[in-house]
Amino acid sequence: MRFESPTTTKAAATLLASESGIAHVLAGGTDLLVRMKMGAIEPDLIVDIKRIESLRTLKVAAAGVQIGAAVPAVRLSESEKLRNLWPGVVEAANLIGSDQIQGRCTVVGNLCNASPAADSVPALIAAGAKALVVGPKGKRRVAVEKVVLGPGRTSLARDEFIEAVVLPARTGKSADAYLRFTPRTEMDIAVVSAAINLTLSRGIVQSAKVVLGAVAPTAVVVPAAAKALIGSKLDDAALDKMVAACRAACNPIDDKRGTIEYRTKVAGVMARRAALIAYERAGGSK
Amino acid sequence: MPYETDYTNQGFTKVGTRVNRPDGVDKVTGRAKYGADANAAGQLVGRVLRSPHAHALITKIDTSKAEKLPGVKAVLTGKDFPDLTGGNRGLMDILENCMARGRALYDGHAVAAVAAIDADTANKALKLIKVTYKQLAHVTDVDEAIKPGAPIIHDWVRTAGVTPAPTTASNVAQRSEFGHGDVDAGLAQADVIIEKSFKTEQTHQGYIEPHACLATLGPDGSGELWVTTQGHFTFRNVCASLLGLEVAKLKVTSSEIGGGFGGKTHVWTEPVALQLSRKANRPVKLVMSRDEVFRATGPTSSTSVDVKIGAKRNGKITAATAELRYQSGAFPGMWAMFGAMTSFACYDLKNVKSVGFDVLVNRPKVAAYRAPSAPMAAFAVESVVDMLAAELGMDAVDFRIKNAAKKGTKASYGPVYGPIGIGPTLDAVKNHPHMKRKLGKNQGRGVACGFWFNFGGQTCTDLNIGVDGSVNLTVGTVDVGGSRASLALIAAEELGIDYEQVRVTIGDTNSLGHNDTTEGSRGTFSSGMATIFAARNAVDVLKQRAAATWDIPVEQVIWEAGEARAKGRQNNNLPPLSLKEIAAKSPRTGGPIAGHNEVVADGAGVSFASHMCDVEVDPETGATKILRYTVVQDAGKAIHPDYVEGQFQGGAAQGIGWALNEEYIYGDDGRLQNAGFLDYRIPVCSDLPFIDTQILEIPNPNHPYGVRGVGETSIVPPLAAIGNAVSNAVGVRMTHVPMSPPRILNAIETAKE
Ligand SMILES: Cc1cc2nc3c(=O)[nH]c(=O)nc-3n(C[C@H](O)[C@H](O)[C@H](O)COP(=O)(O)OP(=O)(O)OC[C@H]3O[C@@H](n4cnc5c(N)ncnc54)[C@H](O)[C@@H]3O)c2cc1C
Repeated sequence: MRFESPTTTKAAATLLASESGIAHVLAGGTDLLVRMKMGAIEPDLIVDIKRIESLRTLKVAAAGVQIGAAVPAVRLSESEKLRNLWPGVVEAANLIGSDQIQGRCTVVGNLCNASPAADSVPALIAAGAKALVVGPKGKRRVAVEKVVLGPGRTSLARDEFIEAVVLPARTGKSADAYLRFTPRTEMDIAVVSAAINLTLSRGIVQSAKVVLGAVAPTAVVVPAAAKALIGSKLDDAALDKMVAACRAACNPIDDKRGTIEYRTKVAGVMARRAALIAYERAGGSK
Repeated sequence: MPYETDYTNQGFTKVGTRVNRPDGVDKVTGRAKYGADANAAGQLVGRVLRSPHAHALITKIDTSKAEKLPGVKAVLTGKDFPDLTGGNRGLMDILENCMARGRALYDGHAVAAVAAIDADTANKALKLIKVTYKQLAHVTDVDEAIKPGAPIIHDWVRTAGVTPAPTTASNVAQRSEFGHGDVDAGLAQADVIIEKSFKTEQTHQGYIEPHACLATLGPDGSGELWVTTQGHFTFRNVCASLLGLEVAKLKVTSSEIGGGFGGKTHVWTEPVALQLSRKANRPVKLVMSRDEVFRATGPTSSTSVDVKIGAKRNGKITAATAELRYQSGAFPGMWAMFGAMTSFACYDLKNVKSVGFDVLVNRPKVAAYRAPSAPMAAFAVESVVDMLAAELGMDAVDFRIKNAAKKGTKASYGPVYGPIGIGPTLDAVKNHPHMKRKLGKNQGRGVACGFWFNFGGQTCTDLNIGVDGSVNLTVGTVDVGGSRASLALIAAEELGIDYEQVRVTIGDTNSLGHNDTTEGSRGTFSSGMATIFAARNAVDVLKQRAAATWDIPVEQVIWEAGEARAKGRQNNNLPPLSLKEIAAKSPRTGGPIAGHNEVVADGAGVSFASHMCDVEVDPETGATKILRYTVVQDAGKAIHPDYVEGQFQGGAAQGIGWALNEEYIYGDDGRLQNAGFLDYRIPVCSDLPFIDTQILEIPNPNHPYGVRGVGETSIVPPLAAIGNAVSNAVGVRMTHVPMSPPRILNAIETAKE
């Protein structure tokens, strides 16, 4: 196994493109190293991207946010500005593992690991985040919901990697929220989760995005749930309609972490609670 | 010379203080050496190949490719372990569990092993071993396993404990019955009868340190084993029997231990590591992965229990009965027997009967887990006790007090109790400030009692006094929870010297006589007793040396406050001789000064606890939060209160995990699905409240200081205390542990329908 730590994105792309065996990008390593230790993968090449200066930058502005692929999750919560602009994204990233894990792990790693239960992914999708993809043929920009195809599978070509995710400009009275259900208080994996991003005008929801995690092979965007909220002040009828839409959108599995029935039910509970939190954060009052 | 074991109400100056533990600095700095921390020149890496099937015939194992891989020094299969058990079925079970003999009995059962120059080579070699399996029907559920037509695990098993002796094979290895009186007559007198069935899922002790050892065994039949274990003497004896060695030629050293809770009382890979070393003629280090720990060491039983209790309107229980089915994994155990013995031990009952069935299934061999089998029985019985109190309109604590066992009660498992603490722990619960806390919405409170026997056993201890007066105490029980601090306090108390003057060493098997395994809460009880006696033995020598120095008869010498004093007016001119002074002169007065003791520490006092807890349940998700938890337990005498409290808290913490989330999850294919700490959920810090403790001291009459074991009882009540609290919070009786969020939500929704 070769281990490389290039200092430019170009060098990283070249390394990935010229490897004929199994190559893996290494960000925080909190997924990759665990899988290697378990013997689940045996890479021929590891490209550590943490030495690439541009990937270690976190730019935060109302006009847009850029989170470099080597920025550990802990840095998101250290930015007060980011916490104010995107509280849901930050709280999702800060649910990953524990303090120790967050000192290493990245949201891009979380995305590329392509777990249906990844915490930051529903929040990024709700936020309308885009991934900046680098490859031998140059760069492209793709919506985060287009990155994950299924458990452990992404739409990235084998010689591509993600440089950063960007969040759009924040306008008006907007806020997001993320909630997950886990049996333990931390060091656990979402049984189901919900991310909601709202923009209000005079207390009325103008736009909304509702995303569920761990209820299908990938995070699920639920337009019908968003529609149920738009035009409302989050009255019970609107919330009930949203909950029903969420439950209808669930396509979970029965496994050691939860049953189909349980996941479906609790997806609605998480969505309702997250909606109320986002609404309040955006300045709505009930 | 035998010393008096009876309790004497002596005063203490050292015992009962909260000194720092001597191993603390080593443990926080990383200097302490655990199972995987020993290395030897030229050591090989040992790895085990395990069955992916729940039950399968091994029709062929081809190891030729693995043997040819450069760097591989030894490959073993069941054939490399000749049967030296002499017809001892128990030993054969141990051997067969260490390495399959023609049949894989559970997912994770060892089928082959390799030793190679490094981990990569060893892992490659495992992949080159070709095992041909013929899958057999399997069963993993305890109730399914006793149904007619269930796959039979061992065709040689006939149910023991039934007459006439059965002639056909069964998965019920043993039936055991306890009790007295006439249960039917008692139930006929009852005004109210509650009958209910309960299930508990299988849990693992969850010690953080995996099993690890470094084994060396030469062609001359002598060897050494460095290992994380609760019983290095037992490991030595068992390994010697299985491998045909002389006991004295195998030196076993116990490393520091990162948790055991019963799981490190049995050998798992150690005989394999020794045999690999013998074959390769090099030291072999074998460290289990977490996955292996879950799949192939000894968790506790999953159970299925029916309880029926009847009582008069006045709150007096007239009869109680239980049927307890415990699975013991793929080999016979005695776990249902312990469940049957402990189930009603807290109560004074005229008519009582409990029947246990030990059941074989295709799961790993069950091992002890802290008060083994008692928590599940207590869950069932204490739940019904709670329901009965509610039905009678009585306070659940008052109802228990009214029926509690006391001195003179004939225990349901046979003996008549001496002075015991169940009543006092219940009184303490009733008067505890915790009881006055107001419960909010979706909150509930639960109380439960628990009992455990405790064990004494064979013990051997040495105490050597250095020329500078420092004292080395060597014991053969493993320090699983602060016992070195407690034992040093005891030695200091007896000798009348400073605690810091005593250093406690856990001796290897070649430096002491046999010591039983550190189990049954015996460490401080039994080694404490042997330490008292070894110190008194040393004091006898110290007095002789002083007498010789003074040239007076030894009868005129007394030992007080760490010095020899000459009694009688004729000796007024003789100034006292301190331990330090006598030690300094020892080279010229007869040589080194030592004390020694070997004892079978009988009379371990039974132990009782009562727990209470408050919970809040989220009615929409079924998630439970423990708001407050209090443990009240009788310690007999708390030698070091911190470590007694630590045991109380640790047992409660493990019990909380078991009650709420921990469980072995098997798929339909009989494979364990959650062999890791991500999906086998032991609680993390933020899941637990501060666990409050109250120590009661009702002296054990059979120990000079009144000590009772304290390590295990604390895990007995939590399942029931939490079960009662959750049931009270949601208004539905919970009957299945763990009470995970899906189970609670399901119970709430089902009750609504
Ligand atoms: C103890 C523990 C607890 C955890 N708890 C949680 C949790 O609560 N919630 C949760 O969602 N996850 C959890 N995880 C999983 C993991 O921490 C997260 O998925 C984390 O965000 C991964 O980030 P990383 O930087 O460490 O990724 P890495 O391990 O470095 O990479 C993950 C995968 O993505 C690929 N990759 C990484 N960066 C890029 C890139 N820029 N372009 C293309 N591919 C890339 C890697 O090749 C690899 O396949 C936990 C892990 C552990 C060990």
